Amino acid sequence: MDKLVTRVGVLFVVALLAFVAMVLGVDQAFSVHMGIACVAALIAMAVSMNKFDFLTQRFPVLSGPSVASRYDDDPIRWGVIATMFWGIAGFLVGLIIALQLAFPLLNLNLEYTTFGRLRPLHTSAVIFAFGGNALIATSFYVVQRTCRARLAFPGLARFVFWGYQLFIVLAATGYLMGVTEAKEYAEPEWYVDIWLTIVWVSYLAVFVGTLVKRKEPHIYVANWFYLAFIITVAMLHLVNNLSMPVSLFGSKSYSAFAGVQDALTQWWYGHNAVGFFLTAGFLAMMYYFVPKQAERPVYSYRLSIVHFWSLIFLYIWAGPHHLHYTALPDWAQTLGMVFSIVLWMPSWGGMINGLMTLNGAWDKIRTDPIIRMMVMALAFYGMSTFEGPMLSIKAVNSLSHYTDWTIGHVHSGALGWNGMITFACLYYLFPRLWGRSRMYSLRMINWHFWLSTIGIVFYASAMWVAGIMQGLMWREYGADGYLVYSFAETVAAMFPMYVIRAFGGLLYLCGALIMVYNVWMTVAGRLRDEKAMTETPHNPDADRPYVAVPAE
Amino acid sequence: MNYNDLRHFADSWGLVAMGMIFLVLVAWPFRKGASGRNHDAAHIIFRDDDDDQKQTD
Repeated sequence: MDKLVTRVGVLFVVALLAFVAMVLGVDQAFSVHMGIACVAALIAMAVSMNKFDFLTQRFPVLSGPSVASRYDDDPIRWGVIATMFWGIAGFLVGLIIALQLAFPLLNLNLEYTTFGRLRPLHTSAVIFAFGGNALIATSFYVVQRTCRARLAFPGLARFVFWGYQLFIVLAATGYLMGVTEAKEYAEPEWYVDIWLTIVWVSYLAVFVGTLVKRKEPHIYVANWFYLAFIITVAMLHLVNNLSMPVSLFGSKSYSAFAGVQDALTQWWYGHNAVGFFLTAGFLAMMYYFVPKQAERPVYSYRLSIVHFWSLIFLYIWAGPHHLHYTALPDWAQTLGMVFSIVLWMPSWGGMINGLMTLNGAWDKIRTDPIIRMMVMALAFYGMSTFEGPMLSIKAVNSLSHYTDWTIGHVHSGALGWNGMITFACLYYLFPRLWGRSRMYSLRMINWHFWLSTIGIVFYASAMWVAGIMQGLMWREYGADGYLVYSFAETVAAMFPMYVIRAFGGLLYLCGALIMVYNVWMTVAGRLRDEKAMTETPHNPDADRPYVAVPAE
Repeated sequence: MNYNDLRHFADSWGLVAMGMIFLVLVAWPFRKGASGRNHDAAHIIFRDDDDDQKQTD
């Protein structure tokens, strides 16, 4: 009872402080944000007072199977649903801004819906809301199962989930209102950064606490990747967002760095956000869910350890390749380029490790659409980690930099690797979290697979053509030494490719919508009556035992 | 200790130390007798693979 009173009291004080900050706010956006924080604290207070679990009372299906699980899965169930929700939101905004680039009329002549404000909404929604929720949910799932221990600090785990959603809401509404630090992938302003720091340290505490109380002596390699992701993101976030607010009651702040130092700090952050958020974290998912779905251990545990340390030691140096041919000292550019190229090896080591896990079970690609998605995700991981080092070479970069080739590269990684592996893991998780025998429909997973794959192909190839074309047009000199094309002419030339790109995005979104329906029916407890994925006639000649030889 | 000292440390002893730590960490799973442990670790995820019933704590 004392604990409850304290909690309600603290939340009430927080709500009160937020209200005061709202009233004192020097700009409208700050006041709106403090209003949101105030409402969030009041809701949390009301929920604590009533001990009323709104979600599961109103929607009993969200509480999952009635059998008592030995693991604490409630935050994971919320997390996978939040992943789906933010995924659809992020993909939809992505499609809208892709169409805006082709048809500028769609900016609607409103400041809230211009490309400049919607683009960070898209990037943050897909990276931090979709990807972040997937990482938090899967990390809680994996760490419990590989440690054979329930989550440490269950209350704190729930705070991590809800606090992270509040961070997303504050960031997203801020972008629409024009609040931005103008730092790539780190646009939220100082007070939202502080909030995220609190949430993230809590996340670290829950994760490490669970590791500490583990019943399994060895810490499985997936947890190494998760831990590296959590710690490194904390470090990156803190350094990159060092800034001084203009007023304690205003949304504007100025960075602690200036000029080329600021640029380098930003891309040290930006590239390692890719390296540790979108790579290490999702590799953790890969190292648990691919072997589980394939029902065979990872190809080489030894390689996974080499992969881990190489990735950790090398990635952190690659950031300067985003600043080729800028004011950054030449040696720093070269350093970034060299480390990017060296990164080829751990990346491909990891890809081979994931793919070869299927060694001796390649038929699953034909029969299991979830494995098919995982294999495609790994293939895109391999392709984009091949393309990335190539683009980091200065000679190549002089053509590709500032063009849509970069956008194509990012999306082959984000849609192909992060998106596909997340979908596959969610398809693995939903039936298990709700105690169903399988997903509602395997054939719909197959549809999702093909719509996504074809969508990515349209997207990436359109951006290759657009980017290389624009790069070549920019550098073309006439006989008399003048540049042949103006900037606007290159934009006009890219119009067809922009339409194709938007079409690819539409296909990807349609695939995700099919997933939403499939997931909805699975949670509702339905099983679709459908034909099996493949009809395999018996072949007596091939019917002999296959002896797989695993590597070490 | 100023910037200049730091940068000279970074490209001399600091670099050597980082390089050595890296090599040791990468060589670690290749030590004699590690293959059994590696094999065992790879199979952790398949053991005791039942969410229900038994309470662990």
